[in-house]
Amino acid sequence: MSALVTDDQIAAPDDLYQALVDAHEGLADAESRQLNARLILLLANHVGDLAVLQEAAALARASVLRDRPDA
Amino acid sequence: MAQVYEHPIFPFTAPPELLEGRVGNAAVCVVGAGPVGLAIAIDLAARGVQVVLVDDDETVSHGSRLICISKRTLEIFDRLGAGAGFAEKGVVWNKGRLFFGEDEVYSFDLLKEDGHQWPAFVNIQQYYAEDFLVRATERLPNLNIRWKSAVVGVEPSSDHVRLTVGTPEGPYDLDADYVVACDGASSFVRRTLGLEFDGRTFQDRFLITDVTMQAEFPSERWFWFEPPFHEGQSALLHKQPDSVWRIDLQLDQSADPGVEDREENVRPRIERMLGVDAEFEIDWISLYTFRCQRLQRFTAGRIFFAGDSAHQVSPFGARGGNGGVQDADNLAWKLAAVINGDAPDALLASYDVERIPASDENILNSSRSTDFMTPKSQAVRDIRDAVLALARDHGFARRMVNSGRLSVPAVMDGSPLNTPDFGAFDGPMRPGAAALDAPVVTADGTDWLLHQFSGDFTVLLYLGDANDALPDGWPRALPAMVNPLVIAPISGPGVIGDPEGNVRVRYDLKPGTVYLIRPDQHVAARTRTFSSMWLQGALARALGNAGDNA
Repeated sequence: MSALVTDDQIAAPDDLYQALVDAHEGLADAESRQLNARLILLLANHVGDLAVLQEAAALARASVLRDRPDA
Repeated sequence: MAQVYEHPIFPFTAPPELLEGRVGNAAVCVVGAGPVGLAIAIDLAARGVQVVLVDDDETVSHGSRLICISKRTLEIFDRLGAGAGFAEKGVVWNKGRLFFGEDEVYSFDLLKEDGHQWPAFVNIQQYYAEDFLVRATERLPNLNIRWKSAVVGVEPSSDHVRLTVGTPEGPYDLDADYVVACDGASSFVRRTLGLEFDGRTFQDRFLITDVTMQAEFPSERWFWFEPPFHEGQSALLHKQPDSVWRIDLQLDQSADPGVEDREENVRPRIERMLGVDAEFEIDWISLYTFRCQRLQRFTAGRIFFAGDSAHQVSPFGARGGNGGVQDADNLAWKLAAVINGDAPDALLASYDVERIPASDENILNSSRSTDFMTPKSQAVRDIRDAVLALARDHGFARRMVNSGRLSVPAVMDGSPLNTPDFGAFDGPMRPGAAALDAPVVTADGTDWLLHQFSGDFTVLLYLGDANDALPDGWPRALPAMVNPLVIAPISGPGVIGDPEGNVRVRYDLKPGTVYLIRPDQHVAARTRTFSSMWLQGALARALGNAGDNA
C-alpha cells in the first residue's frame, strides 16, 4: 500500500510554483542549494513519516535515473 | 607542570614450560592484555578458572587510545574489582557541545537521572585503565600473566588448542582447552586461522592526537563541524586526566599517512586551533583510517574473538573499547560455567548469537556517524550542512546532528537465553537488557543495587513490606547457583531497602515480582508470580539448555 500521496492536491499550482521560485530570489547558487536542502528537511519533519519519505525519495530517484542517457 | 604517567615495567619471568622443558596446560589462554583481555582474564579467574594471559609487551598501552569509558564498562570494571581507580582518576563528563563554524549549535546532557553510582562516561587514558586492571589481577592466584610472551603459532584440534609462545628465552608450547583472542585489530590468531573481516573502510583520515597543556576548557565533549581553525572538516576536543587533551582532526582523503603524522606537521594544525601562543606538548599522534567491519563469526571451534580482533568501528561514539569489554562480560561467565560443569557446551554458542547483533548495532551507529562527518557528495554535504544550520533553531534537526552516538549496552532481544515475560511489564528492564543500577540500603548502610548481585545468578524478589511472607521454598529450595536477593521499600533483616523507590520504578516492581539476573548482570527473566518451576525453567534457558528443559 502506498503511503505517499501523488494525486493532485494542490489548489493553486501556479501560486505554489511561484512560491518555490520566489524563495530563491536573489540567492547565490550555494545559498539556493542550501535553501533546497533546508526546505526538504522542514517538509520532511512536517510529514514526520519515514515510510512516506522513503517512498518519495525512491520515486524521485527513479525519475532521475530514467533520464540517464543510457537508460 | 602536569603529572606524567610512568609506564610500569612488568618483567618477563621464565614459565615452568621453559624451565622444565615441557608442554604447558591451561583451561583458558587469553591472548592480549589490553582492556578486553584483562577483563576477560580477571572475570574467568574470579570464577575459579585457571587462566594464562599472554602479552607480547612488558607494560601497559603506549598512547592513550581508548579514552571514553562508558557507564556500563565502569560497572563491569567495578564488578571485576578495578572500579576505584576510575572513580579517583577519571575525568567525569556528561555534557557535549556542538559547534558549526563559529557558532555553538546546541549542547546535550547524557545523564539527567540521579541515583547511579557511575556517570555516563569518564575519560581516562588507556594506560591507566590497563594499569588498574593489572592491579586487580594481583588477588587472583589462578591468573598467570606472562609478559613479553607473543603467540607465534596456533594449532587448533578437537579437544584443545596448542599455542606456541615466543619469549626472550625461546619458545614453548601451551595446550589450552579454550583460547580467547583479544589481540587487537591485526590479531595474529585471526590471521593465522585465515579469517577475514567483512565491512567498510572509509576513505577519510582522522588525525588523533593527545596534547598536554594547561587550559581552562571545561570537562565537556566539544565537537566542531567546519570550524574556522580547520576549514571544511571536523574536530573534537576532549579532556583527560593529567592535563592531557584529546584532539581529533579530520583530514581529507588525500592526506599522506607518512607525512601528516609527523610532529612538525601536526603542531601547526593544533596551533591554528588553540592559538599560536598556546603552550602545549604533543604526547601521542595517530593517523586513523576508519573501518567498520567484523568477522562473520566470533567463534572458531575452541577459539573466541573479543574486542578489536572480532570487530572494529570508527572511534566517534566510543563503541570500540566499550563494545569489546561487553564482549568480555558476555563470554567470561559462559566459558566459566561450561568449564566448571554447570552448563552444557551449547551455552557457548550464545556468545555469537548475542554479541554479533551487538557488534552490528555498534557498526551501524558508528558508520552513520562517520557518514555524517564525511559527506560523500556535494548534494549530501548540502543536506548535512542544512541539518547543522537548522539545528540552531529546531529540535528536530538537532536530533539528526550526528557527531557520534555514544556507547550504550546492547539489549539482547531475541536471545535464546531469555525467557519471555510471565505477566505484563513496563519499563526498560526487559529480558536481554543490562540491569540498571540504583541506590539501595543494606545492613551496612547505603550502597548500590549492582553490588548486591553476586558473581552467579541472582534472583531478585520484591516485597511490599520487609515483613511480608516469602514464597514457598524461598530461599531453601532455590538452586545452588542462584543467589537470592530480597528488596522492599524499607530494609529489614535479610531485606535490602529501596526507600526512594528507584529500584521499584526502574524495574517496574510490584509486590511478588521476581527477576532472574545473569552473572553478567543482564536480565534473563521476570515474572509477576514466582514459582520454583518458573525459576528452574528460566535458569535452564539462561544456561543454554533451552532444547532440553524449556
